[in-house]
Formats: sequence, structure tokens, C-alpha cells
Amino acid sequence: MTLLAVEALNKKFGGVVAARDVSFSLAAGEMLAMIGPNGAGKSTSFNMVGGQLRPDSGRVLLEGQDITGLPPRAICRLGVGRSFQVAQTFLSMSVLENLQMALIAYAQRTRDMIARAEALFRAEALELLDQLGMADAAARPMNTLAYGDVKRVELAIALAGKPRLLLMDEPTAGMAPGERAALMRLVAGIARRAAIGVLFTEHDMDAVFAHADRILVLVRGEIIAAGTPEEVRANPEVQRVYLGTSGLRAALRARAAAHG
Amino acid sequence: MSVEFSFLLVQALSGLASASSLFIIASGLTLVFGVTRIVNFAHGSFYMLGAYMAVTIVPWLLQIERSPTLFFAGVLISAAVVGVLGVAMEILLLRRIYKVPELFQLLATFGVVLMVQDAVLHIWGPLDIAGPRAPGLRHGVMILDQRFPAYELFLIAAGPVVLGLLWLLMHKTRFGILLRAATRDREMVGALGVNQALLFTGTLFLGAFLAGLGGALQIPRVSASAQMDLAIITEAFVVTVIGGMGSIGGAFLAALLIGQLQAFGVLIFPKITLVLVFLLMALVLVVKPWGLLGRPEAAPPSAMPEGIASPGRFCVFEKLLVALALLVAAMLPLFGDAYAVKVATEVLIFGLAAFSLNFLVGNGGIVSFGHAAYFGLGAYASGLLVTKLGMPMEPALIVAPLASGFFAALFGFFIVRLQGIYLAMLTLAFAQIAYAVCFQWVEVTGGDNGIVGVWPAPWAASRIVYHYLVLVVAVLGIIALRHVIYAPFGASLRAARDSAARAEAIGIDVRAHRWLGFTIAGAAAGLAGGLYAFSKGSIDPTLLGIPLSVDFLAMILLGGMQSVVGPVLGAAAFHSIKDVFMPLTDHWRFLLGASIIALVLIFPRGLGGAYASLRARFTGGAP
Repeated sequence: MTLLAVEALNKKFGGVVAARDVSFSLAAGEMLAMIGPNGAGKSTSFNMVGGQLRPDSGRVLLEGQDITGLPPRAICRLGVGRSFQVAQTFLSMSVLENLQMALIAYAQRTRDMIARAEALFRAEALELLDQLGMADAAARPMNTLAYGDVKRVELAIALAGKPRLLLMDEPTAGMAPGERAALMRLVAGIARRAAIGVLFTEHDMDAVFAHADRILVLVRGEIIAAGTPEEVRANPEVQRVYLGTSGLRAALRARAAAHG
Repeated sequence: MSVEFSFLLVQALSGLASASSLFIIASGLTLVFGVTRIVNFAHGSFYMLGAYMAVTIVPWLLQIERSPTLFFAGVLISAAVVGVLGVAMEILLLRRIYKVPELFQLLATFGVVLMVQDAVLHIWGPLDIAGPRAPGLRHGVMILDQRFPAYELFLIAAGPVVLGLLWLLMHKTRFGILLRAATRDREMVGALGVNQALLFTGTLFLGAFLAGLGGALQIPRVSASAQMDLAIITEAFVVTVIGGMGSIGGAFLAALLIGQLQAFGVLIFPKITLVLVFLLMALVLVVKPWGLLGRPEAAPPSAMPEGIASPGRFCVFEKLLVALALLVAAMLPLFGDAYAVKVATEVLIFGLAAFSLNFLVGNGGIVSFGHAAYFGLGAYASGLLVTKLGMPMEPALIVAPLASGFFAALFGFFIVRLQGIYLAMLTLAFAQIAYAVCFQWVEVTGGDNGIVGVWPAPWAASRIVYHYLVLVVAVLGIIALRHVIYAPFGASLRAARDSAARAEAIGIDVRAHRWLGFTIAGAAAGLAGGLYAFSKGSIDPTLLGIPLSVDFLAMILLGGMQSVVGPVLGAAAFHSIKDVFMPLTDHWRFLLGASIIALVLIFPRGLGGAYASLRARFTGGAP
């Protein structure tokens, strides 16, 4: 069943076309990667799905429901979690409080002026952290975490809303190579288990070819190729404009490593 | 018909003359903001100093010969002297605060305002000083059948000339090109190896020169007085905000708009021209949140916000301290004299007001520069109900927070749409509207004199009983607000402050939460204001003024805005110090200003911060 259907999205910034007739779909439990050189319009497409940007034209459908132009908070409540290119967390809070905040928001209790926030959803928050291997860091202030750990907490925050669709804008940017593979494995595992659809952008080709079920290639706002990693790898235009020969070799190595 | 037309023409021309003057001043403010990102309150002081310099220098020059050349030479010399004072301010103060949070910058430059006020009173005395008329421009010019002063015509030309010269400077000189580059991207200009210190010093010279020029050019029209600074700074703020902060062209456009609005507004609503101006500003900001020609501020990089982090519980020692403080407040009437009781009552009231402000600033990251408005509106609501409608004290005290909450909701609806410095400016603007209404609506509010006879109910008439009433109400108010800080709603405000994008992405309606927070803080300040009205027995417009708003900010700064109960401590320290020292010296403004600057420079985390580091040292926890 189609979880997310994106139909002919267009977005211009002044004279620059950031997205031209971008269309794709995503099934539950599927990992869909969006790749392309810098400035190809990946984040723009992403933010139009997440509600941070309003498209000039086109539609975004979540399980058939039109969510085009809804504010991020409404899209979140419909079951879309996301991470940002530069991780967005609550820096003044502890790791655990970040998760508690997300759970409070999910329970729609943010206007509650009676309860003590500190006492709410502790167990659930710890469980989420545990899933991502961050339970030991629960009491640490967010601003003392290494960036890779911040990214993992951000993912946990996104998962707190029990999303059907997860949007991840460069989930592994700024992480060490070893951490990247581990995080992508983790995401892939969670997505398959909970049947969450994942749309992600990524510059790290190893991560893309090792974990994506399908890949979209964006160049100057247009999708120039879409398909399985094998199909995309074999696409001569993609090889020309994007991967180059060394990138292709890296991709083959990654695929071999991931599938033994 | 022709009479009407010529009248309208003259009205439009005088609007253009004010627009020119306003533009010359605002261009300096917007220039300094563009490059240094500091909103310089002292810009109004430079304007005032320009006028005082000119009324000193120009008559002296005119004694040599009454020529237009010497008049304008005097004006330019005055502006240059003010420019040099701007350089001094950059080197001595601004250079040290470029990296501190904008609230601290605003406060520090306001400290300069206070110091300059006292310096001006000391040097030139309290009386207004009228300046000489400009030789050669003293006559009137007949326009159709109306007389129009020639000097006003000259002013109309002066604005565009300054705009043209600034354009030449910005586009044809290396300094100007660097200025424009720095306005766009300060870091990049630094990375390119430009001497930033020199650039910033030069900018301050130019900015202060323009303010001084604006002031000096006014002397044939208005006398130099010690109240000019705050009057002009709000107008200059409005112009720069409407035009877009950092945009000189925008400032010109906005000055034209406001000049005409004032010229014709005065015909239709003679008493509320100021209100019209601020309404225009609110309207523009709702449609264009960065002003007419302003550029959106790039989102600041994720940084640890200044303010309350995860609020902790009181430890045993702290519980003892709080109990002790309450005990002292409760027992004070037994051992203190009447004066001590009065001070303690006021400390409790200001403690509640400061706490409510830090609920916004420290907990919500919403920097309000006009919190006194809600304090004052609460005081006026109570005071008017008691004196005009004969309502008893008890219901009047209940109405106070409701009235303030209503206005906080009304103003807050616009305010929470903005961010950062634009938000702070809009809080200031709304506060000035409220101030202007209380000041100008003489029939109802008593104008400048206010209203006397706001006395408590007979049972609470004694100082001591009223002290206990305040103790109970203020402490309950503080406890309630403190509870909200610890509740999910308080945490949500902190979340929205830390990262609005993340808060929205987990489903929080950031704007609605900030709006509610603003309303609650306003209501709490209103309750404090109501209590204050009955303790003083009178109300007057200073209860809504900028100086009181700044006092509240200084209280939370002194107490430590990252601390939950610090603001109450800050209120106690600030108010007692002010009350003890103010009667001792004629120069309390100077002292207060210097203390605020010292606080920002050497003690930026306040008493609460100092205590937190001490506690961390003993318990080994994070500060």
C-alpha cells in the first residue's frame, strides 16, 4: 500500500528552480533514498513533504490524505516524524527530558500546567533511548553530547511520535564512518520491524547503496532516475552526472559488504 | 476649495520636513544595527547631545558673524563632536559586548542612556535651552496662500541630500562597500581579513554623527531638553523596524510614511498620533515580519540558549533559605520601622513582576522590553475602578490581572509572530502605545499627574495589614508561576525557545504556546501592578514607562535569568539598593546606568548564576 505519494511538486526561489515536477511514492516499511549533488533540491523536496515549505504547485498525499501545505505540527500529528540536516534538539534539557518532551507533545499535553513534566513518560522515554543504545546517556545534558549521539537522540525524538513515515535529512552528516553504518543499520532495522516508511537524503553513498530499497536521483530540481540500487547504478546518465567512476566502485563495495 | 488644498499641501510639506529629520536620525541607527547587530538605545542620547552641542557651539559662532555658513559649520561641528563620542562608546563599551545575548546589549546601551541623561543635566542644567534661528532661513515662504517657514523647506531637502550622500558613500568608497558587505555577512568580511575593529569604530562614528546632525538641525525648531532622547529613540526604532533593520532605503521610505501619517493623523485624531504610528508598525510587521525592505535574519546556529535550563528542585539548604526569607518577610512588621515595611512590601510586588518577566525571558526566550506596560495597566485598571466607579479594593485587585491579561493577549497576538530583535522592538512599541494613552487621555487617566486616592479597603488600610495581604498574594502568585515552569506547559515554552523547528516537528503549536505564555506573564504583572497601586495610593504613567521596564530587566539580570527564583532575589537586591542610594545622590541615574553596564560586563549570570557555580563547586554537579 502506498504510504506517501508525491505528485508533481514545484518550487521556485526567485528565478531558481529548486523542484520541478517532483513525483514519487513510498510504501510502508520501504527505505527510499534521495540523492543528488549539493543544491539539487533534496532539502527543498524534503521540506515540502514535512510542511516546512509550501510548494508552488503539486500535492503530497499521506495514505491518500492530502497534506499539502499543512503546518509541520499538523503533519507530525498525522504520523510523520523527521530529523533535520543540522540536528534540532532541545539543548537546554537533558537527553531524557528531550524524549519526555516529545512524548508529552505526542500525548497533546503541552498545555498542561498542573503535572510535573519531569515525572511524565519516564519509562517510555527510557525505552526509546534504549532502542537506540542511548539509555546510558539519559541523564546527560544535551549540550554535552557528541554530534553523532545528538543525531541518535534526534532520531529517538522523531520515533516518539510513533510515525508511519520518517523523514531524515542527511541522518549521518557529521558522523564518523563507523557510526554512520551503525546508525543506518539501526534505522533500517526499526523501519522494517515497525513497517515505517523512511525517506532519506544522504551524501554518503555507502549508506545509500547498502540500505536503500529504492533510490531517487535529483539534479537541478528534477528527478533524472529512480529505481532499485542496481538500476540506478546501471543508469548511464546517473553515472555521468553524479557518481563518477570512483563513486560507483565505492557503491559496489558497500553493497558487497552489506550483503556478505 | 483652494484654501483647503493649500492647507493640505502645507500639511504634507510639514510632514515631509519631519520625515527628513526622522530619516537622518534613523539612518544612523539602522546603519549601526546593520553592521554591529546591536540595537543602540544610546542613539537617542546622541541625538540629544547633538542638540545640546549645537545650542552651545552655534550661538558662539554666530557672535563672530551672523552668516548661514557659520550656522551650518556649527551644526556640522556639533555632529562631529557627537561622532567622536560614538567612537568612545564603541571602544569603551560595545567592543566588549558584541558576543553577548542581545538583551544584555540592549540593557548596556540603556545604561549609557541613563548616564548621558545625568551628564546632560549636570553640564547644561535642568532648563530647556532654545537655539538660535538659522540666518538666511528665518523668513516664511508663501505657498499658495499659506505661509511656510523657509527652514522647514530646507529640512525637506536635507533628508534626500543625506540619503544621496550615504548612497555615494556606500557605493563609491571602500569603507562604504565594506559597510554593505558587513551588513550582509559579518563573518565573511572578517574572514576576508578586513580590520573589523576599525570598521566598527568607523560605523559608530558615522551613526553617532548622523544622530548628532539630526539633533543639531532641530535647534531652530525645538529647544534642547533632557527628555529628547527617549522621545526620539522610540520614533527612530519604529522607523528602522518598519523600514527593515539595516536598510537605509527602507528607513527613508518608513520616515516618509510616518511623517505623512503624523501630519494628517494630527488633523483626524489629534491625541493619538503616536498610537497611529505604532499601529502602522504592528500592521507592517504582521504582513512583512522583517520590515518593508529588510532581509530575513538567518536562523542563528543552534547554541545553548540563555535562560532557564532544566529547572532543578530545591535542596534542603535552599528550602531553609526560602523558609528564612518568608519568615523575615512575615516578621518584618514586628521589628522593622514603617519605612522598612514599605520597602519590603514593594520588594514583594516587584518580585512578582520580575518573576513574571523571567517567565517570559528566561523560560520562554521572549525578550520583552515593555513588561512595565502590563504592570502599569493592572495598576490603572485597579486605580480607575476604585476612584472612578467606587469599586471596593477586593474586586479591583481581581480585575487587575484580567485587564492586563486581556491587553497582553491583544498585543501578544502580534508580538509572538516575530522573533529576536523585531519582537523586542514590538513589545517596546506596544508599551509606548499604552504609555501614550495613559499620558494623553487626561480626562480619564489624569494625564501626567495620574490619579491619587487609590486606597485599600478599610480592613487593609494599615501598612502592616497591607504588607501581609501583599505577602500572601505575591507569594501565591510566584508559587503558581513557578509551578507552571515545572509543568509540561513551561517545558514546552523552553522547547520552543531551544528549537522552534524541532518543537513544531513534534507537534507543538509554537505560536499558540508563546501567545498563552505571554498572556499569563502579562496577567501576573498586572496583579503586581494592582497591588502596587494600592500600596502607593496613586497611579501615574511612569508605571508603564520604559525606565520601569528596564528596571524589571535589570532585576532579572541581577538575579540571574537562568535561575527560577533568582529574579525575586534580583528584585530584592535591586529595589533595596535603589531605595537606599537614590536619596543619597543627585546622580542616581548615572550610578544606575553604570551599575547596569558593570553588571552586563562582569556579572552576566547574576546572583543566581554566582550561587549556582558555588553550589556546583560544593556538590560537584553541573553549574
